[in-house]
Amino acid sequence: MRCFIGIDLGSTTTKAVVMDENLQILGRGITNSRSNYDTAAAVSKQEALIDTRLTLFRRGLAAVPEVAGKVDDIIADLERNFRHVQFLEQLDDLERTCVTNIKGPRFAGRERAVIEALEGTFSRLRESSAAQYAPGVKRKSDFFRDLAGAEFMSHGEAVCKEANLGFDLILNVYDKSIIEVENRPPAGDMEGKFVRALEKGTMTGSSILKPVQAALAIPLEETYVVGTGYGRVRLPFPKEHIRSEILCHGLGAHMMYPETRTVLDIGGQDTKGIQVDPVGIVENFQMNDRCAAGCGRYLGYIADEMNMGLHELGPLAMKSNKSVRINSTCTVFAGAELRDRLALGEKREDILAGLHRAIILRAMSILSRAGGVKDQFTFTGGVAKNEAAVRELRKLIKENYGDVQINIDPDSIYTGALGGATFAVRAVVN
Amino acid sequence: MSKPEAIKEASMEMQKQMIARNYDAITSKHETGRKVSSTFVPGNLNELLMCFDIVNNLPEINAIQAGMRKASGGYIMEAEKTGHSEDVCTYVKCDIGQMTKGNIAPNGKPYPNPDVLMLSYTGCYTFMKWFELLREEYKCPTLMLHVPYEGDGHSTQNMRDYIVKQLKEVVIPGLEQVSGVKFDIDRLRQYLRASAKAEDDLVWCLEQGKKKPSPIDAYFGGVYYIGPIFTAFRGTEDAVKYYEMLRAEVQGRIENHQGPLTPEGTYFNDQKYRLIVEGPPNWTNFREFWKMFYDEGAIVVASSYTKVGGLYDRGFRHDPDNPLESLADYCLGCYTNLNLPTRVDLLAEYVEEYEADGLLINSIKSCNSFSAGQLMIMKEVERKTGRPGAFIETDLVDPRYFSAANVKNRLESYFQMIEQKRRGGGSKTVAA
Repeated sequence: MRCFIGIDLGSTTTKAVVMDENLQILGRGITNSRSNYDTAAAVSKQEALIDTRLTLFRRGLAAVPEVAGKVDDIIADLERNFRHVQFLEQLDDLERTCVTNIKGPRFAGRERAVIEALEGTFSRLRESSAAQYAPGVKRKSDFFRDLAGAEFMSHGEAVCKEANLGFDLILNVYDKSIIEVENRPPAGDMEGKFVRALEKGTMTGSSILKPVQAALAIPLEETYVVGTGYGRVRLPFPKEHIRSEILCHGLGAHMMYPETRTVLDIGGQDTKGIQVDPVGIVENFQMNDRCAAGCGRYLGYIADEMNMGLHELGPLAMKSNKSVRINSTCTVFAGAELRDRLALGEKREDILAGLHRAIILRAMSILSRAGGVKDQFTFTGGVAKNEAAVRELRKLIKENYGDVQINIDPDSIYTGALGGATFAVRAVVN
Repeated sequence: MSKPEAIKEASMEMQKQMIARNYDAITSKHETGRKVSSTFVPGNLNELLMCFDIVNNLPEINAIQAGMRKASGGYIMEAEKTGHSEDVCTYVKCDIGQMTKGNIAPNGKPYPNPDVLMLSYTGCYTFMKWFELLREEYKCPTLMLHVPYEGDGHSTQNMRDYIVKQLKEVVIPGLEQVSGVKFDIDRLRQYLRASAKAEDDLVWCLEQGKKKPSPIDAYFGGVYYIGPIFTAFRGTEDAVKYYEMLRAEVQGRIENHQGPLTPEGTYFNDQKYRLIVEGPPNWTNFREFWKMFYDEGAIVVASSYTKVGGLYDRGFRHDPDNPLESLADYCLGCYTNLNLPTRVDLLAEYVEEYEADGLLINSIKSCNSFSAGQLMIMKEVERKTGRPGAFIETDLVDPRYFSAANVKNRLESYFQMIEQKRRGGGSKTVAA
């Protein structure tokens, strides 16, 4: 089937969306941008294609009466096993890479011992991985580095101790190798991995096997790919396949809420106010410039200053009944104000409420420069997930623009990629 | 990695030599005995200064030169060390900083102290403050020609008389005193005749931006086209020759259906977007900035910056029959002396006359006289023309305020927005 793909290379994460020619979303994928945009684009695209396969399975299984009511479990099982197969494949790659990285004077005469220690460590890693991917287990991260890293440390240390070998030797090759593996575009043969995942699964049986295999047999043709985001120039695409993220955000918001006329996107390093017309084309936009105060990173900085997790800020601020006024629009100065308020005995939640308000005030200024807020108003970007920011935004929109419908989609992080995929469809279908 | 040398037209080479000769005339004043004045671009009285054999030195141009030679950043930091805040006009700080670093001209020789500060103030209060600082430094006479602001959108006979009176009673006697040369109005008439001739050719060139493809770039190319007339050469035979040469070059490109020459040596023929630009360009990253336009197929067909030294395209000419009056009209009519509604009207007319896709504003961080009100200008021009505007922000000569990624992002978004609008927004889509 024809697939239309949008890839949004952000400063923090890279997102991909796969669409069919009827503008239906088939799959979404996300990965960390690393400092390697080529790999990030390849990984996010593959993730979105994996998600697409899952959508196709879901569609196939929907027609099977025997599995009615169990489709979610079946898909979850399949995905879990698929991830395990994928993890094992990357583990093999990591082991091979580690062996090739045993080089240099520090290993002289000890190569054999290091190889054996690596073999022992990886064999234990493979064994213990089954538990990580067991049903019902919540994995700490979706990224290979995080999952493999922690396990490597514990098994590696144990193996080296038994072999009376310095752990630093295998740690050294691991450190060199993990970067290489992480920056290598993922191996292909997604279908083969799904077949192996299916074999591993507990829920086999012809009623499942047949529709899944039928869905796997559908070729996913990458008909048109559109790239956007700050890293877009790094994409190995011809120029006409690259769209500015402002246009993609405008169109993406339109796709989620067709009545959208104003879009606010607060991302990691920029804030955009965008006006769109009834078909999703940008009419006007304003962005922050020269200074990233009031963007997502501002909250990241504040979280660090307060020794909290980024996701804890919003909930704590929600506990406040009184907002402390924070005047600084400079991220670093806001940190200074924060310590000052703490010293004056203000409550953490009240200060945080004030900081959230400060961010939204910046956004309001960008919105007014972009021509104000029109009905409907769609809020996207990482900060749209923060309930305290949303609360302040609702308040200020109401005060300044009256009753405006405010849309916030839980998948708003994919807005740019969604717009990109829509451009891809338009480029071919229309 | 050094950039390859920019490819230049013959007229650009000629202008370069003219500028070099002027710098030599400035720096050799002690040998030649000639007097030097410092003055500003908008509303400058070059022909009048020539009547007294005074060499014209323009600190704004020196700052631009320093910006293009990547020296301005260091000078600005020097000025900040001496107490000039971050928000001060960066031309001023560049000039002041340059003085503390030996005040070396582009020819490698030190600038001599000026003999007179000729402040023909037009539309920018910073000019006045700037010369106050220079007066402290150089202890030389300052002649101020006060030019009333066209707050009501037009000049009046009173304003004109007021300027002429100042010319007669303050400026001309002052220049006679500094130079020791007696004023001869016929000499002024002769220079003004040459000015008007060159101005005719400049206007002809600028108006060729109406053609498709446009044989000129009225912003990045435009800053070269206006060079002689806006600075120390208006009224000279050199300027007349320069504009004849420029006109012939533009004519040649029209005949060959060519766009302007880019610094990379190719003719920019594939013009997808036609823009009107408001505001001065950024000088520190001039070529990089220009490239962001021609790489995307964007040509500037008219600009307001090329009007800061006179709105010749709206009919004004220096007039040998009314010499002092025409100097007065010239000062009054410079772009920086116009009020906001007049600027809006002018820009909206350009959008229509030059069949542009829209107005792009390059807002200058450290220039309040240009930047104040620009968002309003953009919205008004959008409303009047129905064509989309865009806003970018850079600075004149402070390299710290040129954020290439941001500027490029906005420009590309703007161009793609124009493209999408042209297609009527593609087809209607349904939400997924």
